[in-house]
Amino acid sequence: MINDNNEIMILDAVERYIRGEMTPDERLYFENLRKTNPAIDQLVVEHTLFLQQMNRFGQWEDFKSTLHDVHTDLAEQGKINSDKLSGKAKVVYLWNKYKRVTAIAASIAGITALTISMLTNSLAPKTSSDQLAQLDRKIKVQEKITYELQKDLDNVKDNVDTKADAPVIDYKTGGTGFLLDGKGLMITNAHVVKNSRNIRVFNIKGQQFNAFVVKLDILRDVAIIKIDDAKFKPFPGLPYGIRNGSTDIAEPIFTLGFPRDEIVYGEGYMSASTGYKKDTLSCQITVPANPGNSGGPVFNHRGEVIGILSTKETLAEGAVFAIQSKYIFNAVDELKKNKLYENVRLSSKSTVSGLSKIDQVKKLQDYVFMVKGD
Amino acid sequence: MKQEGNEKALLQGLARNDRKAVEMIYKENYNMVQSLIINNNGTADDAKDIFQEAMIVLYEKARSGTFELNCLIKTYVYSVSRRLWLKKLQQASRYTEISDMETVPVEEDIDDHAQRNAEFEMMEKAIGGLGEPCKGLLQAYYLQHKNMQEIAADFGYTNAENAKNQKYKCLMRLKKIFFTHYKNGNGDK
Repeated sequence: MINDNNEIMILDAVERYIRGEMTPDERLYFENLRKTNPAIDQLVVEHTLFLQQMNRFGQWEDFKSTLHDVHTDLAEQGKINSDKLSGKAKVVYLWNKYKRVTAIAASIAGITALTISMLTNSLAPKTSSDQLAQLDRKIKVQEKITYELQKDLDNVKDNVDTKADAPVIDYKTGGTGFLLDGKGLMITNAHVVKNSRNIRVFNIKGQQFNAFVVKLDILRDVAIIKIDDAKFKPFPGLPYGIRNGSTDIAEPIFTLGFPRDEIVYGEGYMSASTGYKKDTLSCQITVPANPGNSGGPVFNHRGEVIGILSTKETLAEGAVFAIQSKYIFNAVDELKKNKLYENVRLSSKSTVSGLSKIDQVKKLQDYVFMVKGD
Repeated sequence: MKQEGNEKALLQGLARNDRKAVEMIYKENYNMVQSLIINNNGTADDAKDIFQEAMIVLYEKARSGTFELNCLIKTYVYSVSRRLWLKKLQQASRYTEISDMETVPVEEDIDDHAQRNAEFEMMEKAIGGLGEPCKGLLQAYYLQHKNMQEIAADFGYTNAENAKNQKYKCLMRLKKIFFTHYKNGNGDK
């Protein structure tokens, strides 16, 4: 242990020496030590090299991310023609491209066929007359009982730290929401919370927090709510960024939401860049979705939020619509006009992009909450 | 004269990873490189990869401070992209003669770049192999330059001293992995 502490101290000194943080006296002493002790000298040389590599690594990563962002922006603004082609290579290129499109089309056709056959087997025809169903969840009696039981159990368990019992809320709607910053600002659908006086959000561990609406945009069906609860421990940051641009058709996507009292993962793809009846606010995705999924995040393979899952067409099974993520930026810009929230900043950088899907979900699920309102 | 001053300012901006400068250079040169690649058996994706690699070469060059402006940024980016693409075509043995505009010799720069790229990948692999919380801890300290108090709070350590001990253990692991790769990598040459 003592040995370990010594080594930590030596390394600390070496780092301060390399960064030039030593006082002149210290420096002199250290340089002497370096001359007389070859092991220390070796450590300085080695560590300098290592820190250089580390720094360069960090700078390259930053630069690469700038390049990536710039490319996407310029391509979207049409300032570089990243899709236009000319010359004889066009034929070759188009062939290559078509090969890919054909493959995608074939697989989509396959998936669709499978989905349809599965659905015809498992689903009775729907009676709903609305063509578009909002995916908020009307809490059923059975579930409520389960939930109350669970709550009683919880109360017994942590009797000590729940001082006054939270008021019993008769929840009527439920949906999903996800954090926009580490401090408890959260986004969901307006239809999940618009008629609620009390809102509570639940994390995957079942802990509940009080929240209130800070902004409601019925037209775009977006609501920003804020957790207001001493129990809530802020996060240092979010593992995902919000994409400020559009997403390509056929891009794989996945969702996290609370169609039941447990977080549920869904996987699909981007199927059209506009929503129901060519609504440009939203986009169409193909993913399993049920009441309760409303307000949940739609992620792309890099773990960036590309939309908010909101509605589905009741007459066409599998057609689900999501509000495009750029409207999250719009909503937050609106919100910033309020002095209290003028410092809110959305990140567009995702830190989980290199991870496997399983690891991504492990990281992301802590930031997705069940939203309930009365 | 004016153009020269502009170019110099752009390169200085680039060296700082200044978004505006990157965007300017990107906008001015991307289409040119894309037509080069696409007219020579490449796709738009290839063009993006090659162009961004050339941007990294330029970035390193600008940062080294030894970049004498004896040619335009455009000529340099073109030369590097062309060379990189030729190399790639040769590897895939679909080499074709690339007909072109004016170029400057960039062999050395590209060799330097290949070396640095290998080092970058080594570090990427080493850090990637660490797993959490080590990865996050070291990134917070060495890349985001946070201090130990902040890190202790972010990662839920009871105090800075504990975070420091943990960081030390992680660092030792990373250095071990990195230098194993590093020595092997250099031994090959």
